[in-house]
Amino acid sequence: MKAAVVTFPGSNCDRDLAVAFAAAGFEVQRVWHKDNALPDGVDVVGVPGGFSFGDYLRCGAIAAQSPISAAIRSHADRGGYVLGICNGFQVLTEMGLLPGVLMRNAGLRFVCRTVTLRVATAQSDFTSAYARGQEIRIPVAHHDGNYTIDAEGLARLRGEDRIAFTYAENPNGSMGDIAGVLSENRRVLGMMPHPERATEPALGSADGRGLFASLMRGMALA
Amino acid sequence: MKARVTVMLKSGVLDPQGEAIRHALGSLGFAGVTGVRQGKVIELDLAETDPAQAETAVRAMCERLLANTVIESYRVELV
Repeated sequence: MKAAVVTFPGSNCDRDLAVAFAAAGFEVQRVWHKDNALPDGVDVVGVPGGFSFGDYLRCGAIAAQSPISAAIRSHADRGGYVLGICNGFQVLTEMGLLPGVLMRNAGLRFVCRTVTLRVATAQSDFTSAYARGQEIRIPVAHHDGNYTIDAEGLARLRGEDRIAFTYAENPNGSMGDIAGVLSENRRVLGMMPHPERATEPALGSADGRGLFASLMRGMALA
Repeated sequence: MKARVTVMLKSGVLDPQGEAIRHALGSLGFAGVTGVRQGKVIELDLAETDPAQAETAVRAMCERLLANTVIESYRVELV
């Protein structure tokens, strides 16, 4: 299975994400934001955390207009997998690949700590290695993670079982305690917490491994 | 021609930064500020000289990039 990890100017979790994919058995290639195409045969694109383009205008807004973003959109339109973490989640909402927006944290402070997440659905190729309701420990590090969506959109996410993770204790004011959401076809996941930072017990938690293992298994079956 | 774009959060969208400013004004002794909304102003220098064409172009820029219309509204002024 092949993974591509995108780097924008200001990305800072790109290497960690590449390492996490590789540890799960993916063949990983790194791509630059000015590339017009993804490498041949890519199964999943990782859009990493960081501060792409300095968070200018709005977090993820400039990155969403990059040449590589058009290629990511085509990949998603063809049914390809996309994983956006933290700033990557913001990029995917700005691209319109995922609904809603990530606003400034309700407490206005940058929140950087390991939090408890609940797996809200195991019915996706990103979460199948977890049990529904399972609690996992994953770090968050963001200033704009306050997930906001209109009432109709929220009802739709709930009705279609598209909320992937929720916070056990909400750190940022996000609606419905939402930490991560899935696309309609369940192949695009955006989440604020960093599973790639939780893949080694020595780093405090290895609970993030399940996500990469789920993907590997899901793709092998697909 | 210059255009000035004002981007604001839509009414009904909670503005935590505006609220923080309101609290800060209160603690400085400025009484009676019942609401604060924070937005942004973007000024554009345009080569276009026709106002109607300019406005159409700037509105397209707002829809594509300058505003996130999920939560933000925008106003275009030609100056």
